[in-house]
Amino acid sequence: MKLDSIIEPHSIAVYGLSKTNPFHPANVIYAKNHLRTNSHTYAINPKGGTHFGQQVYSSLAELPEVPDLAVLTIRADFVPDTLRECIAAGVKGAIIVSGGFAEAGRDDLRQEVRRICEENDFPAIGPNCLGVYSPPNVNTIFLPVERIMTPKLGCVSIVSQSGGYLVEIILNLIQENVGIASAVSIGNKDVIDEVDVLQYFSGHEPTRVIGIYVEGFKEGRGRTFAETVRSMDKPVVIFKAGKTPGGTRAVSSHTAALAGDYLTFSEIMKQCGAIEADSPGEFVAFCKALGHYKGKGGKRTVIISVSGGHGAIASDLCSAQGLDLVEIPKADKAALAEKLSENVRKIVSYNNPIDLTGSVADADIAVATNFFLERDYVDQVILLCLPYVPGATPDIGAHVSLYTREFDKPVLVYIPNMPKYQMYIEGFESNGIPVSHSVEGVVYMAKALARYAK
Amino acid sequence: MNDRVKEILKSSMEAGWVLEPLAKEMLNIYGMTTTNFAWAKTPGQAQASAQRIGFPLVVKIVSHQVLHKSDVGGVVVGVKDSAQLDSVFFRLSELPGFDGVLLDQMAEGAEVILGSKQDPQFGPVVLIGIGGTSVEIYKDVSIRMAPLTAAEALHALHSLKGRRLLEGYRGRTPVNMDRLTNLIARFSQMVYELADSIESIDLNPVLCGAEESLIADARIMLKR
Repeated sequence: MKLDSIIEPHSIAVYGLSKTNPFHPANVIYAKNHLRTNSHTYAINPKGGTHFGQQVYSSLAELPEVPDLAVLTIRADFVPDTLRECIAAGVKGAIIVSGGFAEAGRDDLRQEVRRICEENDFPAIGPNCLGVYSPPNVNTIFLPVERIMTPKLGCVSIVSQSGGYLVEIILNLIQENVGIASAVSIGNKDVIDEVDVLQYFSGHEPTRVIGIYVEGFKEGRGRTFAETVRSMDKPVVIFKAGKTPGGTRAVSSHTAALAGDYLTFSEIMKQCGAIEADSPGEFVAFCKALGHYKGKGGKRTVIISVSGGHGAIASDLCSAQGLDLVEIPKADKAALAEKLSENVRKIVSYNNPIDLTGSVADADIAVATNFFLERDYVDQVILLCLPYVPGATPDIGAHVSLYTREFDKPVLVYIPNMPKYQMYIEGFESNGIPVSHSVEGVVYMAKALARYAK
Repeated sequence: MNDRVKEILKSSMEAGWVLEPLAKEMLNIYGMTTTNFAWAKTPGQAQASAQRIGFPLVVKIVSHQVLHKSDVGGVVVGVKDSAQLDSVFFRLSELPGFDGVLLDQMAEGAEVILGSKQDPQFGPVVLIGIGGTSVEIYKDVSIRMAPLTAAEALHALHSLKGRRLLEGYRGRTPVNMDRLTNLIARFSQMVYELADSIESIDLNPVLCGAEESLIADARIMLKR
């Protein structure tokens, strides 16, 4: 089914605008799309009239155009007839925000909706979902504007089975300054599921990385999902909840006893090349790193620190995550010493993790980073940058980026997330170098690159 | 589907699983190597087959009433001569549903488990692991969607913690990886082709040596 009209519509009809409840989802959705997207947005309520000076249409037929997309925030009972009306009028897709279907014991309604959509090849997202956030065309996330931050535009697209958790993911991405291309909450996924959306994003130009939150696939759809991921040229990061072992009930074969539901899922994600995140923190770090450096990097890592403790902690984390801390050849230690300022030359620890010490200046950090980017035995550099070191200035990011532009290798940076250090962080990020706000996070970024590169 | 395979599956439908000699025959039809075996229904047939395969032998009960053979003393390892074979045959013939014995070549090698199951989300999947009786304790396994190529099978083997056991750990002979990965690829092809009929398979152990990888035990459970 074609999802263009749902993810990139140019005109939207919102069913169910309330004349009495200003916080009704339909009202929030209408306001958001009318005021903050590029799409023509029309409100529909059988009573007609006006809403803050805008016309409310009493039926679809009254609209000045046939909209690409219908957003249904009406009682579940009315959904089937409304879908028929939309299909008859030539609307190309729907987002069914309403709940009250299979999850409320109305399996009959679920089946009816599914049948209508399938018979007419009509794509519908939901029901029971937050729908789609896809700037500048559509935003059906019905949380009031003042309650939620707007993410910056970017290259990461998200698919989530849970609407609530989709919002959480968006907030996490905003916190780590990751831009979003599009986000879809698929809800009960009675018509369109994660596989359909994944296939759409595979050809969606602004999307470079796809992050998916899944609880489980419907019958047989796991296989199609895996085959789709395998055929794609974009990284897919996946996070699964509901990791119950499964398959442990009395079974007569070793295989059935060993291959529980979660293990099977996790192994097949490896087989098809999806990158499974073990935690929400990994999910965000993976999306961020792959958005910056898809296909670059690898296992062989050098850590550059200005504090021995940070270096040691990052080094333990790297080992635990299967990254290789490369050994620095003796000749290179001497060569690096030559390039560093006299201040630090004699006190630096030249074993990986490299400790440039707190006496370091911007130039030393940049020179050391450049030195290792030049080495064939290094795939990526982790830079633990502590802005409280006296010799480090807010110029450090710009300084380091002079070198990173020359190489096709990732530099991944840790800077503590304090308002005071914002200039340091922006110095890197606005020059295309991703920064994490935790030591774990920067190691997770390195891990994602190593996994996708192999 | 091969006619003989069809016939075997049909004859096993009622019991819900395939008798081991028939399971091994199916595996051979799909180009997989098993230990040399024979299905003997009389002491005379057993003696004749024993001459062909050679002592020592493994002797197992064949009965549709005995799925877990070891649990009822239905497997005798290291049967060394004709006299012992006669007495083992007699003892096994007392077990319920006796339908002859399976004579099996004694083989050695690193123990690997190959399995398959029908997964509701992913369809036919293959399990590859370090095998033997302790497989459920160590749980050192890889799972892949069927079918897979020999190269993918090698990749799956490489992801096992116990891979060094196959690569000649502490002076053991390394396993012939070409043979093993080919066997896995053929197995996955069979699993994929017969997905509508088969619920799960355990080949445990597959004995992997410097030359061959031989399937020593096979259990094929059918869909009900």
